[in-house]
Amino acid sequence: MLSRRNPQLNAHGELIHLLSIEGLPRDVLTQILDTAGTFLSVNDRDVKKVPLLRGKSVFNLFFENSTRTRTTFEIAAKRLSADVINLDIARSSTAKGETLLDTIANLSAMHADMFVVRHGESGAPHLIARHCAAHVVNAGDGRHAHPTQGLLDMYAIRHYKRDFSQLTVAIVGDIVHSRVARSDIHALTTLGVPEVRVVGPRTLVPGDLRAMGVRVCHDMAEGMRGADVIIMLRLQNERMTGAMLPSAAEFAKTFGLTPDKLALAKPDAIVMHPGPINRGVEIDSSVADGQASVILPQVTFGIAVRMAVMSIIAGNEA
Amino acid sequence: MKILIEHGRVIDPASGRDERSDVAIADGRIVAIGRAVDFDAERRIDAAGCIVMPGLVDLAVRLREPGHEHEGMLHSELKAAAAGGVTSLVCPPDTDPPLDEPGLVEMLKFRARKLSSCRLFPLGALTRGLKGDALTEMAHLSEAGCIGFSQADHAVRDTNLLMRALQYAATFGHTVWLRPQDAWLSTGVAASGAVATRLGLSTVPVAAETVALHTIVELVRATGARVHLCRLSSAAGVDLVRRAKAEGVPITADVNVHSLHLTDVDIGYFNADMRLSPPLRQQADRDALRRALADGTIDALVSDHNPVADDAKNLPFAEAEPGASAVELLLSLALKWGQDDGVDLARTLARVTSEPARVLGASLGAHAASAGRLIEGGVADLCVLDPSHTWPVTRESLLSQGKHTPFDFTATGTALPGRVRLTVLAGGVSHEAPAS
Repeated sequence: MLSRRNPQLNAHGELIHLLSIEGLPRDVLTQILDTAGTFLSVNDRDVKKVPLLRGKSVFNLFFENSTRTRTTFEIAAKRLSADVINLDIARSSTAKGETLLDTIANLSAMHADMFVVRHGESGAPHLIARHCAAHVVNAGDGRHAHPTQGLLDMYAIRHYKRDFSQLTVAIVGDIVHSRVARSDIHALTTLGVPEVRVVGPRTLVPGDLRAMGVRVCHDMAEGMRGADVIIMLRLQNERMTGAMLPSAAEFAKTFGLTPDKLALAKPDAIVMHPGPINRGVEIDSSVADGQASVILPQVTFGIAVRMAVMSIIAGNEA
Repeated sequence: MKILIEHGRVIDPASGRDERSDVAIADGRIVAIGRAVDFDAERRIDAAGCIVMPGLVDLAVRLREPGHEHEGMLHSELKAAAAGGVTSLVCPPDTDPPLDEPGLVEMLKFRARKLSSCRLFPLGALTRGLKGDALTEMAHLSEAGCIGFSQADHAVRDTNLLMRALQYAATFGHTVWLRPQDAWLSTGVAASGAVATRLGLSTVPVAAETVALHTIVELVRATGARVHLCRLSSAAGVDLVRRAKAEGVPITADVNVHSLHLTDVDIGYFNADMRLSPPLRQQADRDALRRALADGTIDALVSDHNPVADDAKNLPFAEAEPGASAVELLLSLALKWGQDDGVDLARTLARVTSEPARVLGASLGAHAASAGRLIEGGVADLCVLDPSHTWPVTRESLLSQGKHTPFDFTATGTALPGRVRLTVLAGGVSHEAPAS
C-alpha cells in the first residue's frame, strides 16, 4: 500500500508535526535535544523570553484532563512569545455533538498556527494533522504516544549519562496502557541504547512488546540488575484493582521501586518518573526523594524540550 | 425479453463447463447454451473476450435499511450489488430495528423485489432484538422469507441460550449463522499483535475466535444443528474448522475479502478505512485463510459489504465505525486472490457462485436448483465479466452510498482485475457498465 510517508515529515525530511517518536530519524531527535539545551539557559535568565513564535497562535486542546503537561506547554509557548489559548475541551464539545474535526475546523478559522493536542483515543492527533493546515504537537493520545515526554526523558538521560550507546534502561509498570513507555522505547532504540527492558506482570507487559525491540522481564530483580536508568510509570487508579492487578499493595510489593530493589541496579543509576507519582505504590517515598531521583529536573527539562519542539516545527513549511 | 449472449467463454464452475459458446435467454430462463441458431433474439450481446458466468451469490451484504438510511439505502446498495455481478445476496439481521419481526422481513423482501436489482435472502435475528436472551419466532420469520438465523456481529454471552437456540433451530432444519467471537474477548478494535501494541490500540486476541469456535463445535455435536461460521479471521480458527469438518461436524464457513487480502500492517498511521470487524490479523493468518479458501475448508468468499458514512469514518481509529463498501469489489478481489495464488479460474469463481449457493442449499427453495449455476432450463441469473479490464477503485466509481474501502486506488495505487460488463437477473438486465 502507498501513502506510508511519515506524516510528521515534509518532503525534505523536516519535522512539521510531532505526532510520535516512531519513525523519526536519529538526527531529528538529536537536533531537538541540542536545541532544548540552548533553551535551558533562557529559563535561567531574568527575562525568560525569546521572540521565535512572536505573532503565532498556539492552541492547547486538551480533550483529556491534565495539569502538568498543559502548564509546561503553556509556559514553553509563552517563553517563545506566542499567543497561547487554552481550551479545556475535556469532551464538552463532543458532548454537545460537535465532532473532533468540526472543532478543529472552527479553531482553524481563527487562524491557529499550532495545535497542542491531548486526546483519549490513540491516533487522534494523526487525524487532526491530516485535516488541518496548522502544525500539530501530540501532548498524549490514548495509549499510543507522548512524544514530548519521551524527548524530555531522553534529555534527562543524556544530561546525566552523556552516552546512550552503553546504557541499560528499565521501564517498569503498566507498559501496555502507557503512551510514555511507547515513546520512551522508540526514542531509546532510535538513539542506540543497547538494552531496553520492560518490567511488570504479564497482564501489563505482554510478550508482543518484544517486536518493539525490548527485553521483556516479568521479574523485578531481573529487570533491575545492572540498570543505569530506571523509568517508573504511573499506575492509574482504575487499574489498581480488577482483572489486571489484584491490589495496589501487591503491586508495590512485587514491582514497586523500593531501596532494596534499587540496590540491584548500578550504584550510579538514576530514577525517573513522568509524574504524577503514587508514593508507596510504584515508588517508595525514600526513592522518589532520594539521591538517585531526577524526577524534578525532568520537569524543568520538559519546558526546554517543548520550546525546542515548537520552535523547530514552526520553522518548517508543510 | 429474449437475449442472446454471443461468443463468450461460458464457465459454470458447478458442472465444470468451460467453452466458447452462446447463451440464449427467454422468459427469465436460460433456454440454450451452445450454438443457438434458430434463436430470434431481441437483444444480442457480443461477449467476445469476456467470461459468461453465473451471477454471484454473496453471503454477507448489509443494506443498512431499516435504520441506517444515511449510510446506505436498499436502492443504492442493491444497485451496487448488481454492478458487482451479484444476483443473490444474504443480508444479516443487524438493522435498526433488527429483523426479528415477520413484518419487517416481508417489507424488505417486497421492496427489494420491486427494485429488481438483486435477489434478497434475509437472515432473521436468532434472538429478540439480537439481545441474546430470548428466541425469535423462527417459524413465522422463515415463512416471511428468512433463510436462516443469525446474531450478526452481536456475540451471544449466554452459552445455555446458544445451545437452546441451536436445538430449536435444528427442530425445523434451520441453519444458524454464527460469527465465532467470544463476547468478553472481542471488545478491542485491532488484532492482538505487534501493530496494535505499537499503535496503542485495544486488542482482540485470536482466542476470541478459537474459544467461540470450540464452544460452537461442541454445541453442534450436542444438538445436531447445522451452523454456518461467518468471517473466519485466524490461522488457528481455520485449523479448528478443518478438523471439525474432517470429523463430519455439519458446519460451513466463509471469509471476507478484507481478511483475505489485508493484514494489520495496512492500518498504517491509524487509517480508519482499515477499521474492520473482524479485525485484520497477521500475514500467517491471511496465508492460512487463502489456503483454506483454496482447499475448500472455507466454503465461500463474501464481501461483508457494510457502507459507512464519512462522518462515521472521520474519527480517531477506535471511534470510527467498522466496515467498508465491498460488494462491487467481490468478483475482482476473488480474481486477484486466484491470480496471486495460482488457483484455477473455475475454482476461483466457484467460491463466489456455486459454493455459497451450496451453503444456502435447500433454504433457497425453488431457486436452489439454479442459484450460482448456469444450466439450461435454469433461472437466468448471470453476469458477463471482462477479465482483461482493470479498474482503479475510487469514490466516484462506487455506486454504493458508502465510499470507504481499503482498496481505494488513491491509498493503494493498485488497480483491481476484472470488471462486470453486464448483469442479468431473471432474464432482465439489472446492470450494464457504461461503454468505455
